[in-house]
Amino acid sequence: MNPGGMTAKQLGLVSCHDCHLLSRRQHPESGQTPFCPRCGSALHLRKPNSIMRTWALIIAAFIVYIPANVLPMTFTSSLGSTQSDTIMSGVIYFLLHGSPEIAIVIFVASIFIPLLKLIVMSYLLVSVQRKSKWRPRDRTQLYQITHAIGRWSMVDIYVVTILVALVKLGFFADIEAGPAAVFFASVVVISIFAADSFDPRLIWDALEEKHE
Amino acid sequence: MLYEFDTSFSGYAMNLIACHECDLVHKITPVPKGSAARCVRCGAVLFRARPDSVDRTLAFTLAGLVLFVVACSFPFLAMKNAGIVQETALLTGVYNLYEQKLPGLATLVLLTCVLVPLAQMLILLYIMIPLKQNRPSRYAIPAFRIFLHLQPWGMMEVFLLGILVALVKLGKMATIVPGLAVIAFGILIFVLAAAFSALDPHLVWERLERKP
Repeated sequence: MNPGGMTAKQLGLVSCHDCHLLSRRQHPESGQTPFCPRCGSALHLRKPNSIMRTWALIIAAFIVYIPANVLPMTFTSSLGSTQSDTIMSGVIYFLLHGSPEIAIVIFVASIFIPLLKLIVMSYLLVSVQRKSKWRPRDRTQLYQITHAIGRWSMVDIYVVTILVALVKLGFFADIEAGPAAVFFASVVVISIFAADSFDPRLIWDALEEKHE
Repeated sequence: MLYEFDTSFSGYAMNLIACHECDLVHKITPVPKGSAARCVRCGAVLFRARPDSVDRTLAFTLAGLVLFVVACSFPFLAMKNAGIVQETALLTGVYNLYEQKLPGLATLVLLTCVLVPLAQMLILLYIMIPLKQNRPSRYAIPAFRIFLHLQPWGMMEVFLLGILVALVKLGKMATIVPGLAVIAFGILIFVLAAAFSALDPHLVWERLERKP
C-alpha cells in the first residue's frame, strides 16, 4: 500500500482521459467497450497498447531524423549561384559569422531537443518494460518535461516559412525550402504523437505489483 | 488527502479524482485562490483555483478573436533592400511553401499557427457564452473534447520565436519592418495563454453535465 492512498486501478475505478471523471470499471467479460458516463469518450484503464505504439512511433522518428539532418533544409540562390544548407551547416555558418545566439537557438531546437526527446522516451519505455522501481517521481517529471519541450523544435520550420516568404528578390536572392524540412517536420509531429501515446501511470504500476 | 470510499457505489465519483500521471486517487477539496492541488505521490498538478473562470475565459477569447482578425488582415513583415520593398502577410509563407510543391509542410504551418488557434477560440465561445446563461449548447460536450485534443497542436508561441530568429538572420542583409499584424500576433499569444489559463476544465465538465 502506498502511504496515503490507493490508485484508481486498485479501487476498481477508471479515470476518463478527456474529462478525468472516475467511474466504476466494468467487468471485461461484459464484452462491450465502456464509455465515460459524462463526456462519452472510450474508457481505458491505461492508454491502449501504450508501449508498443510508443516504440513504433519512436523508431519511426529515429529513422526520419537521419534524412532530416543529412538532406538540405534550404536552397539559397543569390546572383546566379545556389547554395544548399543542412540544419548543421546552418548552425556552423551562424557560429562563424557572428550570430552565436542564432546558432545556439537552432542547435538546441533542431538537433538537441528532438534527439534528447527520442532518447528520453526510449529510456522511459525500457524502464517500464523492465518494471523498474527506481525514482518513479523523477521519471514522471522527466516525462512531463519531454512532453512540454517537444513543440519548440518546430521553430526551424517556422524560420524557413518566414524566410521563404520574405526573401524573394528574384535574381539577387531567393530562398527555397529543401526536402529536409518535410522530414524534420515529420520528426516533430511523430515525436508529439509518441509522447502522447505513452502512459506515465505505467511507471507507477511497477510499484504496486509486488503488493498484490 | 484522505478520502472515504463506499464499496457499494456503482456509478461514478464526483468528489474523487485520480492523478493523470500516476493514478493515485485524491479527494477533491477547494484550494485557495492562486494555488494548485498537487498529487501527493508524484507532484503533478491535479487542478488549480481559477476564480471567475467563465467570465475571464470569455473576455480573453473575445479579445483574442479581434487580435486574430488584425493579425490576418494587416501587413506582417516587410523587407527593404536597395530600394526594393518585399511585403508579406501572415499567410504568405504558407502560400509560398505550397507553390514550392511542399503542400504537407504548408498545411502543417497553416494548422499549427492559424487554424488550430482559431478553432480553439471559436469552440470556447460556442461553449462559454451559453454556459454563462446557464443553458449549455447542444454539442458542447463533443466540442470541448475536440478543444482538449487540439491543445498540443497550437504553436503560435513557437512561431513568434521563429519570427525573432528570422529577423536576426536577415537583419544583416536588409532592413526588416515589422507590420501591425506582427504586433497583434505577439499580443494574441499572451491573450490566448491568459484565456487558456483562466479556463477551468473541471468546472466546464461539471456545468455541462447538469442538464437544464
